[in-house]
Amino acid sequence: MSAALVPLQLHPVAMWASDGWIVTKRNLIKMKRSPDMLLFAVLQPIMFVLLFSQVYGGSIAVKGTDYTQYLMAGIFGQTVVFGSTFSGSAMAQDLKAGIIDRFRTLPMSPSAVLIGRTNSDLVLNAISVLIMMATGLVVGWRVNATVPSFLAGVGLLLLFSYAFSWVMALLGMTVKTPEAINNASFMVLFPLTFISNAFVQSSNLPGPLQVFADWNPVSALVHAARKLFGNLGSAPVPDAWPIEHAVGTVLIGALVMLVIFVPLCIRKFASISSR
Amino acid sequence: MLIEAAGLTKVYKAKGGPVHALDGLTLSVPEGTVKALLGPNGAGKTTTVKVLTTLTRPDGGSASIAGIDVLRDPKAARRIIGVSGQYAAVDENLTGFENLEMVGRLYHLSAKSAKQRASELIEMFELTAAQNRPVKGFSGGMRRRIDLAGALVIRPKVLFLDEPTTGLDPHGRLAMWEVIKSLVADGTTLLLTTQYLEEADQLADGISVIDDGKVIAEGTADELKAQIGGHRVEVTLIGQDDADAARDILVRHGDGVPSLGSDGRSLTVGVVNGPSSLHRMLGELNAAGIELHDAGIRRPTLDDVFLRLTGHIAEEEANADDAAAEKSVAEKKVKKKAEKRAEKKLEQAN
Repeated sequence: MSAALVPLQLHPVAMWASDGWIVTKRNLIKMKRSPDMLLFAVLQPIMFVLLFSQVYGGSIAVKGTDYTQYLMAGIFGQTVVFGSTFSGSAMAQDLKAGIIDRFRTLPMSPSAVLIGRTNSDLVLNAISVLIMMATGLVVGWRVNATVPSFLAGVGLLLLFSYAFSWVMALLGMTVKTPEAINNASFMVLFPLTFISNAFVQSSNLPGPLQVFADWNPVSALVHAARKLFGNLGSAPVPDAWPIEHAVGTVLIGALVMLVIFVPLCIRKFASISSR
Repeated sequence: MLIEAAGLTKVYKAKGGPVHALDGLTLSVPEGTVKALLGPNGAGKTTTVKVLTTLTRPDGGSASIAGIDVLRDPKAARRIIGVSGQYAAVDENLTGFENLEMVGRLYHLSAKSAKQRASELIEMFELTAAQNRPVKGFSGGMRRRIDLAGALVIRPKVLFLDEPTTGLDPHGRLAMWEVIKSLVADGTTLLLTTQYLEEADQLADGISVIDDGKVIAEGTADELKAQIGGHRVEVTLIGQDDADAARDILVRHGDGVPSLGSDGRSLTVGVVNGPSSLHRMLGELNAAGIELHDAGIRRPTLDDVFLRLTGHIAEEEANADDAAAEKSVAEKKVKKKAEKRAEKKLEQAN
C-alpha cells in the first residue's frame, strides 16, 4: 500500500511546535550517538569540580565561607556559559554539512531549526548541571536553601544559558567554519569566566580587574546562583549594582539577549545557505 | 510552463569587483518534461537552482513554479518542490530511515504516513540493508540515494537535481541515470544541472546551455546539434601518402575544409547530406586508387556544439561545481576583461 502524501492541516502554532520538536529530537539522537560529545558533557563537569575543589581548594581562601561551598556556583556558571557555545558550533557544522539547505527547502516553520538547536542544548546543559551537582555533593557541597529557592537558582542558570545559546547560534551562522566558533569562544569566554567571582572573590583582584569582575554578567549569574543555593555564608558582597541586584540583572540580561537575538537569528536563517 | 524564470540577475561582491553569477537568465520548463542546464563550472547553474528552490534571493528578475511566485511566497513553493543537491544534504548521525522520516514530518505528513513513505523509499532505492545504520557509514553513492529519496518524499510537482552524478564513479553514474529515468517516466517535471554533455543527452528533453550567467543556446539535443550543421564524414586511409589526394576529393563534396587527424591518415569534413556525400566520396576515392581502412558518417556530438557555442570545452573545468566556484571562475573572467581593457588602452596610447 502506498503512503498517503497529504500534508496535515496544522494550526500555525501547532506546526511551529511540531517542527521545533522534530528538530529537537533529531539533535538529541545525534547527542546520543556521539559518545565523545556525551563523554565531554559528563566528564568535563566532574573534572572541573574535582580539580578546583581538591587541587585549588586547599590554597584558595575565601572570606565568610568554605571554598567548596563558594566554588560550586562558579563552576555551574562557567559550565553553562561554555555549554551554550555548542549552539554556535553545531549551527556552523550543520551549515557546512549542507543539511541546512535541506531544511530551508522544506515548508517548515522558519524558526524551527533554531528552536530545536537551542532546546537540545538546554537539555545538554541541564544534564551537565545535574552531574556537577551530584559530584559536588560527593566532595561536600551542600544546598542551604528552601526547595523553591534551589529550583529558582537552577532555573536562572538554565535561562541564562538558553538566552546565550541564541547569541552563539547567530555567531555560528555568521562564521565560516565550526572551528572558528570554538577558537573565538575560547578567547572571549575564558577571560569572561575567569575575571569574575566564579573562582575567587573579586576583592582579591587588582583595581581594574575588580571593577570588570563586579560588572561582568557572569559574576551576576554566579552570585545569584550562590545566593539562591544558600552558599554565600557571610562572604562580603561587593558594592556594585549588578551584584547587589544579581537576580534582577540576570533576568533582565537574559530577556534582553532573547529580544535582540531571536529575531536576528530568524532573519539570518532565512538567508543562509551552505557554500 | 511549470517553471518560469525571467531576467534573473545575481551579483556577488568580490575582491576583483562585482561578479555577475546570473546575468539576465531566462528559462522555462513545460510540465512533465526534463530540462538540463548544461554549462561549465562557474556558469551559474547552481545559483539558478538556489534561486528556484528559495535558497537564494536574486537581485532582479522573476521566478515562478506552477504559478507560485517563488520570491513572494517561498513557503508555498517549498510545499511542491523536491531538491537534491550536489552534496548530499543528509544527517550523518541519523539512519537512512530516520532521515527520510524526519523530512516527511517536516513536510507535515502524519507520523504514520511519514514512516510508511520512508519505508517505501528505502525499498525503492534498494537501501533496505542500510536503513537502520547511521548515514555516517554509507558510501558516497548510498548517501546520494538517501538524499535523492529525501527529495521525493512528497512526490513533488517539480524535482531539482543539482549535478546528480558529480563525484560518482561510472557505475554509480549509470545507476543514478537509471533511477532518474524511471522517475521521469511517470511524468515528474525535472530540472537538472550537469557539466556532462552525455548526461544532458541521455536524460533531458530540452537543454539550456548556460555560460556567464545566461542562456546562450536552447533546444533539444538534436536541435542543438543541427545548429552546427548536418553530418560529419570521416575516412581513415591505409597510408599517410594518400592524404593530400584524399583531401582534394573530400573538399569537392564537403561543406568546409577537411581536418586531418593527428595520426596523419584520418580526415573529417562537414557535409550537408551525409549518405549521398559519403557515397560520392567513396566512389571517387576508389577510382583514384586510394585504399581505405575505415569510412563512415556521424552526427555532431554535443561536445562539438559546446565547443562551437562557448569557445571552450565543458568538461575541461569539470570539478566540483558550487556557488563559490562560480564566484571564483567569474572573478577570473572579470580579471581577464580588465587585463584586456588595459591592453587596449596601452595600444591606443601607442
